Formats: sequence, structure tokens, C-alpha cells
Amino acid sequence: MSGEIAAAFAKAKARGEGALVAYAMAGDPDLPRSVDVFAALVEGGADILELGVAFSDPIADGPVIQAASERALKAGATLQRVMDEVVPAVRKRCPNTPLVVMTYVNIVMALGEERYAKLARERGISGTILPDLPPEESTGLRSTFDAAGLELIPLCAPTTPPARAEAIAKDGRGFVYCVSVAGVTGMRAELPKDLSSRLELVRRASPVPVVAGFGISTAEQARVIGAHADGVVVGSALVRAAHSGGPAAARELCAEIKRGLKR
Amino acid sequence: MSMETSTGRFGRYGGRYVPETLVPALLELEAAYAAARADPSFDEEVARVLKEFVGRETPLTPARRLTESWGGAHVWLKREDLAHTGAHKINNTIGQVLLARRMGKKRIIAETGAGQHGVATATACALFGFPCEVYMGALDVERQSLNVFRMRALGATVRPVESGSKTLKDAMNEAIRTWVAQVEDTHYVIGSAAGPHPYPTIVRDFQSVIGREVRAQSQAAFGRLPDAITACIGGGSNAIGICHPFIGDKDVRLVGVEAGGHGLNSGQHGASLTLGTEGVLHGTRSLVLQDAHGQIQEAHSISAGLDYPGVGPELAHLAKQGRLEVRTATDDEALRAFYEVARTEGILPALETSHAFARAAELARELGKGKHLVINCSGRGDKDVATIAAKGIPATGHEGKA
Repeated sequence: MSGEIAAAFAKAKARGEGALVAYAMAGDPDLPRSVDVFAALVEGGADILELGVAFSDPIADGPVIQAASERALKAGATLQRVMDEVVPAVRKRCPNTPLVVMTYVNIVMALGEERYAKLARERGISGTILPDLPPEESTGLRSTFDAAGLELIPLCAPTTPPARAEAIAKDGRGFVYCVSVAGVTGMRAELPKDLSSRLELVRRASPVPVVAGFGISTAEQARVIGAHADGVVVGSALVRAAHSGGPAAARELCAEIKRGLKR
Repeated sequence: MSMETSTGRFGRYGGRYVPETLVPALLELEAAYAAARADPSFDEEVARVLKEFVGRETPLTPARRLTESWGGAHVWLKREDLAHTGAHKINNTIGQVLLARRMGKKRIIAETGAGQHGVATATACALFGFPCEVYMGALDVERQSLNVFRMRALGATVRPVESGSKTLKDAMNEAIRTWVAQVEDTHYVIGSAAGPHPYPTIVRDFQSVIGREVRAQSQAAFGRLPDAITACIGGGSNAIGICHPFIGDKDVRLVGVEAGGHGLNSGQHGASLTLGTEGVLHGTRSLVLQDAHGQIQEAHSISAGLDYPGVGPELAHLAKQGRLEVRTATDDEALRAFYEVARTEGILPALETSHAFARAAELARELGKGKHLVINCSGRGDKDVATIAAKGIPATGHEGKA
């Protein structure tokens, strides 16, 4: 395994902080300017960057990220171009931050699973999140990724029964991504009350760090969840901030959420 | 991990490519469906409602004038257009809503393109007292105002979808997103034999009533099985429904007709089996219209029910095996076939169905005299009259002869 992700969590922990996994859409508003957004997220305190690669039919995403996908597609973002133009530029500006790609399985299939795994490692990608690839369908792809040293990060949902959640966690790679709310990506005023006990269950079973994502947009939410997880993922709120206020607004929001993650 | 109950594969195709949030619901649905199938009272109730409410069985009508005009095989029409709500879609929605009731679900959501599946779902929900929400592309809402009215009259809420191409595929994305958020108490009635496992199997089973009736009716009408069966293919629910009971009968040719739109070279068509490549769309691995980067392309057809960039996984498998022969018909060919059937047999077929008719003449001639061809008349064209009339009505040839 790549180990970069584990190291990033360990560093955050050593500083007495929960890790912030910050998402932005590669290619939004265009390819070069999205690099500025990723760099700003790291300046704001992001420990891991999640690079969204747009898909025309993003069934796991809410309106904010759907709109970002449409903008990125209009700007010509493809997985190949993100690998060739965005990833190397982000690596150059943020050499110490692990990069994770989040996209849909059809995008990876179209490039070729082995080709993608090899290219991703060459370009310095540590892991990949595919929200429409549940464990039943991921066996083959995971072996391919394992062979290449690319972590296939699994997701756990609020609807996942405990035994299944433990099985997913035990087999985790990189980190386990616990979806905090039943629904698509997007900000929520309130998070479910049983989230903390679900996070504890997954954490007990998992050999890798556990993060919560979906619906988290404030320092207070990050603080509450950070007490039961190794970190949080923030997506829609950052995408919205970057879209309306540019990299500076995204950097500020990162810094604010990061304050909520101090222990 | 040993959490698998069934892979839901048809060869390479099928599967369950959905957010983890939905997987437990799909496993629950699969188990509930298996239990329902094992309980004779479920099949009995479905059959009773299909008879009393839907009007099954639908006739197998001899098309004598088309037979004569085409000069080939005897032509028979399986009259799904005579089922309640005017299309085969009701077979599946009755079954799924009864299944949802059995599962204790409180509400129903569905997606629709042309509106036929939406109307059929709204109808089944009205019959069994379920609240119903139908997701429909904003463009389709405009194009299919009659069906939007019908759904609203039946008490359903129609939710226009503004994302993407504002058509069927986006309506399906939105229905899936809504389902992810409300999965505990909501059943999603998918209308085609597509989507994640177990939907392709469930929809195929409920639609197979068409093919089972054809088996019995052809024995009664001409003493043997048909020599060929043809149906239009969008997602493919009417095609798999009529064809599935005949898959093992190697002498029965199965012929599917896809939307050729403005022509296969135009880039504007719905021919996923003919020109699609392997991919994952709406939870299933099948043949899809996509670019080299995996972005799903917009399909085009004059028929709102065929402009879907994917196809059910079982049909993809049958086509790859060669068991299903696949042809295409363009928008113009479908329009010509619409008038031919209207004026020769007194039936206004749906534009979807008109695609099957457009290839049936050559098929009848290929088969030759003494053979029997069954065309699945999957729906009626009332919903399409505005689209068709806008193209201008051709002269009958009878003018001035009275």
C-alpha cells in the first residue's frame, strides 16, 4: 500500500487534530483555476485532497456538486486531462498532501481499470473513491488497485447493517468513508443522532482511519463528529465557497472547519 | 465478504452499481421478491388484478390487411395497446406496487420519459392508495403534457427535473438520488428492465405475462409457436417481456428494433445495442451510448420512450450471444409505419411501437408465406398525436375519389 494516507492521518493526530479531507471538482471553473482551489484548500489546512472527476450522471451527488460537474465537463475535464494537467500541477504546489480521486466507476472503466491504476500511481494519486461501486462489485477492481498500490477507499452508509459495516471496515483500504446521512452529497442543518455510535462501530472494526462525510459544512459539525472519527470530509460547502468566492473563500472555510477539528 | 445473495448477472452484464446506502434496500427487495414468488397467493393476486383491472389477457389480433400488403408471413399483433392505461407498462407497475405493499413501504417514486410508465405507476398507486411522486425531465414535461395531466389527475406529484439533458436519463438520476434519501419507507418502481439488480429480473418477470399469453394464443390461433417475434427496444421492457418465454425455443427468431433517430451516422439516435459500448449507467453494467471518456451521451428518438442511452442487461447479453437479432428504424421510418398501420389495420400505434412495425414488413417477407410473425403492439399512439400531427398528415390517397 501507498502509506501516504496513513501518514497524513498520523501527522494530524500528532498535532492533536482530526484530519480534514477537502473535496473540490477538478476542472471547475476550468482546469488551471481548479489547481488554485486545491492549493488554497491545503493552505487552509486540508490534510488530504479529494479531486472530483466529473461524470455526466452523478447519482450520488446533490445539486452543488452536480452543477460543478456540469461546469467541469463544459471546461473539458476528462479523467485523462485531470491526470495530465491538474494532478501534476497540484502535486507541484502541494507536494506533501496525499491526493485521492473521487469519480464514478464508468469513468474508470472507460479509461481502463489497469491503465487507470498505473497512471494514478505514476502521477502520485494515493487512493480512489467510487461511490457507485459497492463491495459486491469491487472485488476485481480492488485486486487491480492493490497490485498497483492504489487504495480503493470503501464507503459505509447509515443504512448499512452492523455486520455488513464491520465486514466493509475490516477490509478497508486508505480510510473508511462513512456516509453520515442517507442521501446525496450536500450541506445539512442537522446530522443524525446515531452517527457517533455508527462511527465507533466502524472504527473498532477498521484497521485504517475512519472519516465521516456528506452534509458537513461547519466547524461545529466537524467538532461534534471529529470526537468520534479520525476526520471529516467536506465537499459541497467548499465547492460552493470556491464557486462564489474563489480560492480565498475556500481557504477560509477550510481554516474555519479545521479549527473545529482541534482536540 | 460473504454478503452476496445473487450476482444479478446476465453474462457480463447486470450487477448492482449503486451507492452503498441503497445496497441494503436492494438486498431487501431481492429477498422480498423471492418470498413473494414462493407464495402462490402473490401470483394469484397479481393475476387477478391484471384480469379484473388491466383487462388481461390482451388479444392476439390477426393483421390480415398488413399480411396481404406485405406479401409474406402471417402477421399477428399482441395488443398491449388494449391494456388499461394504453401500454404494457401497467403489467409491471401493478406487480411492483403489490410487492411494495407486501414490504410495508409507505410511498412510491418512479421516473418516466414519455409518461407511460409514470401514468401506469400513478394508476397502480391510486388503485392501492399509495402516495406517488414521478420524476420527469423538464423537457419531457413540456413534450408530454397529456400524460402529465393524467398523472396529476390520478393524484401523483410530477417533479420536473432540470439537470443534465432534462430527459429520461436525468429523471432516473433524480429518482435514484431521491431514493437514496428516503430509502427506508419508499419503493422505487423502475419502469424498464434496467437499473440495478434485482430490477431487471423483477421487471422482466412481470412483463413476461405478454410472452406467456402469446405462447398459448399462438397455439390456439395457428397450432404452433410463432416463427418470429419482434418488438421495439428502448430500455427494453416490452421486448424482454414478449421474448423471454421463448428464449429456449431456438426456432423462434427474436428481433428487437432500436431507435435509429436521424440515422446511425447522425450521432442522434437511441441504438445502444447496435452502437453502444460496455459501461455502467443507472446501476447496471450494459451497453450504453457514451463518449471515449465515459460520459453518457444524450440519445435521440422521435419517440420519447426510446430516447434512452442504455438498455437492459439481459437484452445486451441476448444480443451479444446472437439470440436476439437487433435492427434499427429511423424517426421517418417509424412515422411512415405509424400511418401504414393506422390506415391498414385501424390501430394508432405508439411511436415506440411504430419502430417495430417499420422493420416488420421486411421481416415478414424474409420469413415468407405460411410462416407466422408476432409484433408486440406495446402501446397506443394517442399520447403521440401532437408530435405526429406537427410533422403534417400525409394524404390518404382517397381524396377526390368519392
